[in-house]
Amino acid sequence: MLAMNYRGPYRVRTEQRPMPEIQHPEDAIVRVTRTCICGSDLHLYHGMVPDTRVGSTFGHEFTGVVEEVGSLVQNLKVGDHVLVPFNIACGRCNFCKQGLYGNCHEANTMSTAVGSIFGYSHTAGGFDGGQAEYVRVPYADVGPTVIPKDMDPEDAVMLTDVVPTGYQAAEMAGIKKGDTVVVFGAGPIGIMAARCAWFFGPARVIIIDQLDYRLEFAQNYAKCEAYNFKDYEDPVLFIKKITDWYGADVCIDAVGCEADGNPLQTFTGRTLMMQAGSATALQWAINSVKKGGIVSIVGVYGPPFNMIPAGNILNKGITIRANQASVKRLLPKLIEHVQAGRLNPKDLITHRVPLEEAADAYRLFSSKLDNCIKTVLIPSTKS
Amino acid sequence: MNITNEKFKHIPGWGIDADPENEPTYPMKKYTGDDHKRSDYERADQQKQEILLLKSPERPAISRVFGTTVPPSGLSGAIRRYAFHYSEDKIRHWIPLILADRIQVWEGLLNDLKRGYIPNIVAERGWNIEWKHNPKGMVKKIAIATSLGFLICCTLRKKKK
Ligand SMILES: NC(=O)c1ccc[n+]([C@@H]2O[C@H](COP(=O)([O-])OP(=O)(O)OC[C@H]3O[C@@H](n4cnc5c(N)ncnc54)[C@H](O)[C@@H]3O)[C@@H](O)[C@H]2O)c1
Ligand SMILES: [Zn+2]
Ligand SMILES: [Zn+2]
Repeated sequence: MLAMNYRGPYRVRTEQRPMPEIQHPEDAIVRVTRTCICGSDLHLYHGMVPDTRVGSTFGHEFTGVVEEVGSLVQNLKVGDHVLVPFNIACGRCNFCKQGLYGNCHEANTMSTAVGSIFGYSHTAGGFDGGQAEYVRVPYADVGPTVIPKDMDPEDAVMLTDVVPTGYQAAEMAGIKKGDTVVVFGAGPIGIMAARCAWFFGPARVIIIDQLDYRLEFAQNYAKCEAYNFKDYEDPVLFIKKITDWYGADVCIDAVGCEADGNPLQTFTGRTLMMQAGSATALQWAINSVKKGGIVSIVGVYGPPFNMIPAGNILNKGITIRANQASVKRLLPKLIEHVQAGRLNPKDLITHRVPLEEAADAYRLFSSKLDNCIKTVLIPSTKS
Repeated sequence: MNITNEKFKHIPGWGIDADPENEPTYPMKKYTGDDHKRSDYERADQQKQEILLLKSPERPAISRVFGTTVPPSGLSGAIRRYAFHYSEDKIRHWIPLILADRIQVWEGLLNDLKRGYIPNIVAERGWNIEWKHNPKGMVKKIAIATSLGFLICCTLRKKKK
């Protein structure tokens, strides 16, 4: 089968690999119909995530048709068209049982801090991902969800990560009616977070990025205010100014470890890798939220440590809430939002590319070329 | 779980303000109290281990399922095995892993050549698409890279003299 294959930082190709096999009675083999490239994949592509082994296949956002099921699988049958949450979760450990499917304790041998994610390095479990014609899906009775008949398959693939992550970013922010929400990052995740923030009744939603095409898109799609931080010498001061010198009620970090905007963070975090990426957006979030405010983090950081203003978290009494999205927990609610027409996730998709062209697709998304927001890879074995 | 004031009756006021809703992860977490049972929870069958699997020292046993492609091998594999002697708290765990990642890039190249495959680096790096959409940026990047390389060469030569 054809699969994406990581060869090193900024180097990927597609090539033939052995078909995945059932290795556990609760596994399924899924023939992939659509698979997206995520901002998280860029952290792998740029060599920022430790234990990203050469020869791995990435891809944690995919839909597909069930081709084979293990002997203990009960909820899925061959031929089902499913959307597969990006988290691999057992459904039985204390974390899964409490709805924390992004923190399952029985799917990652390599790390206890990190849950398990398809195609996301050995630090996240060492599973191959869905940027391939076929993929092994462990705990097939827990995550995979049959795509409702009337749902557009492109909406379905966006429900594997982008929609739940954006929604959870807003949910964790604890937004109260009348709040001012500031979202850092106008990638798919930030745009979806800004859109979902409105579900909680804020008075203002503001999005910050450096790319005008994305800000313009966000303004239309998420009906929010949009500002380019490059236009302001001091973005934190600017946010203070536009929030009556009070600070935002809540801030959302939808950027993660490859933030721009602060040369010291960029140099120490991305050039020298002396910290787990640059924490500029998180620093800005902490410094622009009000006293007693909430900072919600969905932007991904590596495991060791980052430079953030810990003193200000203390002095301002800030609450920090963060997690990998718990896709499975949120799916019923979000499927309803999509079916009711309150959310149109497929509108974020700007590029549809054959799986064979994964190398170009990665570069295009990484360099933010051709006004790219979200790319879907389509295997030729789709139908 | 099943903790009664009986057990703590010698502590005045024990538990009088407990509020199960006041949980930093509410409403994300459906609090069950099972955390207090620690690692005593129901588990799936164990996937058969037929490859070398590196286990975080912070867990007692391997997880019930795991990925099996790209087990550690070669020099990078030896470095990864070293890294897994240390917990996730230690920089001695993470830096060697990054080092191993970089070394494995060269091992990957060698393996390609060994099986008679010459990788198309230009295509793998997506330079065509960058050139198509961002020729100016690419020229700039190449100029910076060559001048940096030139500078390094010059300083090395001077040092040798
Ligand atoms: N927690 C989760 O479950 C989860 C799931 C998916 C993605 N993520 C993470 O969310 C983040 C965003 O993902 P994406 O797909 O939208 O990525 P993306 O690369 O498309 O978007 C990131 C955006 O941030 C902007 N940016 C850079 N520095 C900034 C700064 N200092 N302030 C404001 N904006 C800045 C960039 O210009 C870019 O538009 C990534 O870190 C990704 O790993 C987390
Ligand atoms: Zn993703
Ligand atoms: Zn679990």
